[in-house]
Amino acid sequence: MLCRALLLLGLSITAITSQAAASKSGEELYRQHCAACHGYDGNGGVGVPLTLPDFQYSVTNNYLKATIRHGRPGRVMPAFPSLSNADIKALVKYIRRWAPGKPFRYPVTPVLGDAKHGQQLYQQHCMACHGPLGEGGKGTGLTFSRPRDLPIIAPALNNPGFLKAASDQFIKATLMNGREGTPMVSFLKQGLKEQDINDLVVYVRSFEQNPLPKEQKPLEAKEATIAFESSYDLKTTIANLKDAAIGNNFIIIREQTLDEGLVEAGKENPQQHIIYFCNFGFLNQALAIDPRVGLFLPCRITVVEKDGKVMVYALNPSRLSPLFNNSELNKLCHEMNDTYVSIIEDATL
Amino acid sequence: MKSRFFWHAVILGLLFLPGLPVIAEDLLMARVPMTFPEAMLKLQSTLKKYNHTLSRVQRVDIGLTAKGYKTDKYRIVFYGQADEIRQLADEYPQLIPYLPHKIAIFAEEEETMLVAVNPEMLFQADDPNLQAIMKKWHNDLQLIFKDMRQE
Repeated sequence: MLCRALLLLGLSITAITSQAAASKSGEELYRQHCAACHGYDGNGGVGVPLTLPDFQYSVTNNYLKATIRHGRPGRVMPAFPSLSNADIKALVKYIRRWAPGKPFRYPVTPVLGDAKHGQQLYQQHCMACHGPLGEGGKGTGLTFSRPRDLPIIAPALNNPGFLKAASDQFIKATLMNGREGTPMVSFLKQGLKEQDINDLVVYVRSFEQNPLPKEQKPLEAKEATIAFESSYDLKTTIANLKDAAIGNNFIIIREQTLDEGLVEAGKENPQQHIIYFCNFGFLNQALAIDPRVGLFLPCRITVVEKDGKVMVYALNPSRLSPLFNNSELNKLCHEMNDTYVSIIEDATL
Repeated sequence: MKSRFFWHAVILGLLFLPGLPVIAEDLLMARVPMTFPEAMLKLQSTLKKYNHTLSRVQRVDIGLTAKGYKTDKYRIVFYGQADEIRQLADEYPQLIPYLPHKIAIFAEEEETMLVAVNPEMLFQADDPNLQAIMKKWHNDLQLIFKDMRQE
């Protein structure tokens, strides 16, 4: 009886709070979901600056809504499938306050042209910034604790999120007019004719037919943890792991028990032993790609002795990688995964 | 027996957790409108407020700078509740590499960024006890981040 009453009470609270969540204002939603990357003032950071007047006037509300809904797979901007349509509308309204006035409206008619000619023009005029396959500029606009040299990174034109959000006429207008405050220039001013631009649009649209290159796809890994049983006792396994880490160009930076700092000194459990190690060059490279990789840090292997068995555990970087929605991390995570396995195998077999 | 009580308490506690919107974000991020030293102090007091102990701070920036790399302030904060961490490590060894919990904190000019993994996205388990733990862990992080954003 008591359990039922508690359950009912719990469900009522959930229903009330869900309603409260549904009525959140655009500002609240922006602060919660967008400000971390785009800044409280919309000036950008990880994400593109949202306040550029040229951006505000050239993107449609539908483009913004589709971008929020679908994100940019592999390019950091996450999708928000759980936000309601009302939430997304409120967010767009909030973003629009940075440029009062009506944004441009594009006709819905598709652009017609010659994709082959568009491809030639793409290679001449677009490839240097947007990449040979439309994969976008290197880096993801991430700045954080590092200096940035451009306000935005050239977007990935082959990204399914971009292609869903951008209409033909929107792409055409961007090519015709350029985007002030960014390296994107007007190709009319660069001497292209309107038909050339149409051909380019048709070529960009053709990216929809091509599967994403392997390196842009998220890694697939089921298990969040790498686990091995050691053939040695705890002490030997720890010594072997340290040797193996050093042999793989890491420096041992710290050793401690799992509960150190949480329990009174002297009462720690010595059968749960953590070895922290680092390769600073690798770390610097990873932070340059995505400063959020601190969540992988420091490199660590934990050795646990329980019921006469010695087990070795490490996080699985390949499982963590998709959570960052940054395909540039895939290679590093894969490499790190192999390194963990190699160190543990060397130490335990 | 003690363990059964623990999980019942976790599940029951979840029914009464302060309501937060359920949004399936893979990473939890917050921009804190404070300089790094202020945000670091605030994070320590916020962890305490939610009954967590800060177990240690990894000074990533110090290590990088010592090796000649340029970086702004960058730390990893480890925290948890001793009993809970011990229980989780005993019953769910697959969680061990993720214990104690951690939050990355780093400077972005005059503001500070916080990042943590959404544990519900990391461990999509069939085991209802484990699901409840992940939900609690996620909920704790959301509360901490909400406080840090000063909402």
